[in-house]
Amino acid sequence: MLTLKQTRSLRTLVLGSLAWLLALTLFFPIFWMVLTSFKTEVEAFATPPQLFFSPTLENYLHIDSRSDYFHFAWNSLVISFGSTLAGMLLAVPAAYSMAFFETRRTKSTLLWMLSTKMLPPVGVLVPIYLLFKSAGLLDTRLGLVIVYTLINLPIMVWMVYTAFKEIPKDILEAARLDGATTTQEICRVLLPISKGGLASTILLSLILCWNEAFWSLNLTSSAAAPLTALVASYSSPEGLFWAKLSAVSTLACAPILIFGWLCQKQLVRGLSFGAVK
Amino acid sequence: MNISGLQSGLTRLAQRVSSQKGRFPGASNQQPGTVSEHSRRIGLAMVSPSVAVLLAWMVVPLAMTLWFSLLRYNLLYPGESDFVGLENFYYFLTDEGFAAGALNTFLLVVSVLAISVVSGVLIAVLVDGPFWGRGVVRVLLISPFFIMPTVSALVWKNLLLHPVSGVLAALWRFFGAEPVDWLAEYPLETIIMIVSWQWIPFAVLLLMTAMQSLDQEQKDAARLDGAGALATFWHITLPHLARPIAVVVMIETIFLLSIFAEIFTTTGGGPGYETTNLAFLIYTQALLQFDVGMASAGGLVAVVIANVAAFFLVRMVGKSLTDKA
Repeated sequence: MLTLKQTRSLRTLVLGSLAWLLALTLFFPIFWMVLTSFKTEVEAFATPPQLFFSPTLENYLHIDSRSDYFHFAWNSLVISFGSTLAGMLLAVPAAYSMAFFETRRTKSTLLWMLSTKMLPPVGVLVPIYLLFKSAGLLDTRLGLVIVYTLINLPIMVWMVYTAFKEIPKDILEAARLDGATTTQEICRVLLPISKGGLASTILLSLILCWNEAFWSLNLTSSAAAPLTALVASYSSPEGLFWAKLSAVSTLACAPILIFGWLCQKQLVRGLSFGAVK
Repeated sequence: MNISGLQSGLTRLAQRVSSQKGRFPGASNQQPGTVSEHSRRIGLAMVSPSVAVLLAWMVVPLAMTLWFSLLRYNLLYPGESDFVGLENFYYFLTDEGFAAGALNTFLLVVSVLAISVVSGVLIAVLVDGPFWGRGVVRVLLISPFFIMPTVSALVWKNLLLHPVSGVLAALWRFFGAEPVDWLAEYPLETIIMIVSWQWIPFAVLLLMTAMQSLDQEQKDAARLDGAGALATFWHITLPHLARPIAVVVMIETIFLLSIFAEIFTTTGGGPGYETTNLAFLIYTQALLQFDVGMASAGGLVAVVIANVAAFFLVRMVGKSLTDKA
């Protein structure tokens, strides 16, 4: 007969093991991708797949000699941060207005914004392509920044709005009574208080921009091509070179993956979309 | 377009969310009318840029798409752009790919939603309790969310699901079974699995956040009253998660309706039309057959379908919220 304490620790052990098993299963594809990137092509294709082998860097060296990784990575970086910055500059005032100067139309405006995200991108690809062509925005970083800002803006407004909604109104009233201007009120009071929600908004925007593949593949060719395009360039003609494909995929995903791990706590805390109180 | 219908549904959902918040002191909505004329103008000025750019983003391409959809406009025959009325719509809707594409879009969205929400809830509950290495487990669980859709599709297709040297094939052989050629034999199911793998972490992320705010005292009280683990889950945890689940469903639907990269890199829509969703069907029309007119008609049809789907979905989600809350 087990005591209550023993039952409880047994339960923790069983549930913990189950959680570990699930986590390792879900993570396995990523682990396997990184592992394969250190194999030779022959080992990568071996039957049965090998878990133990002598690692090699030849795939990474091949990528380094064939294509300029840092060119693509720099594009990804500039585009992701550029569009996140632009998105925040638009979203913060909009969310501020919606959260603190609420009118009858606020709710429907917010939902209308979200409904623009329901537009399937492929439905408007041709017009956007033609517009970009005539405006000289094809294959430019600015072009992708514009598109990404627009497609992520609704979600960013929503997230910042829910973050602002959680702030007690009295604090703002007090600041206003002390003679703070609107700008001071936002920069000195609002942003510091809601920095958790803002940080997770920025994080989510960066992740979505970094991984976006539809517009980047259709609107860029070389000059502004981000890492998603680099991966695609290895996937079609050399689909059989698994080790190199794994290496380039690892290189493309590593920055955002590590970044995501580091900010994981922040993301878990802030990503509630106002659904939790 | 059913934008207005969609909005009334969404509005009701949002009001429910906000009325929930309204119960908390300090978060109450300021009544319209208590806002001074001056601050009303400031508010308008601040929200206008976002509204303006989104309006332009929506209206301009849509108007162009609408115009193109009425033309016989193929990039292979430049110079020819006759007005043909609704001909493109007729051909698109009667094309054999359309019915398949619509059905596959539906199956894809609904299956991935069901899989990711159910596993999301179970995983979030599982990792809520204390155990050794919980932090690491959480990081591992949400990792797939950070991986590019193209990369995850390629990794699954080549490294894991390959019928000869994939990991699953080796696993099957280890247990003495015949390896399965997943993408050839169960194409749609396989894509659903790959997409679910990408979206389960998102559900876990949101629901994990929600679990943290679940009142432990309430759970303890229920247990003292003799409620079993299952009853506690059913009557306390699940109702608490209803709202975050609604948010997961809404956001995932937005992204799932236009799944593209995963299909593009794995099956290319095939075999036949078995894995072609509407987004991919329009893509093949626009970029492989250069038929701008037809692709535009398809784009508009997809917009309408997306909005109708969203409308029903939001109604359903809203209803389940009132039932449980």
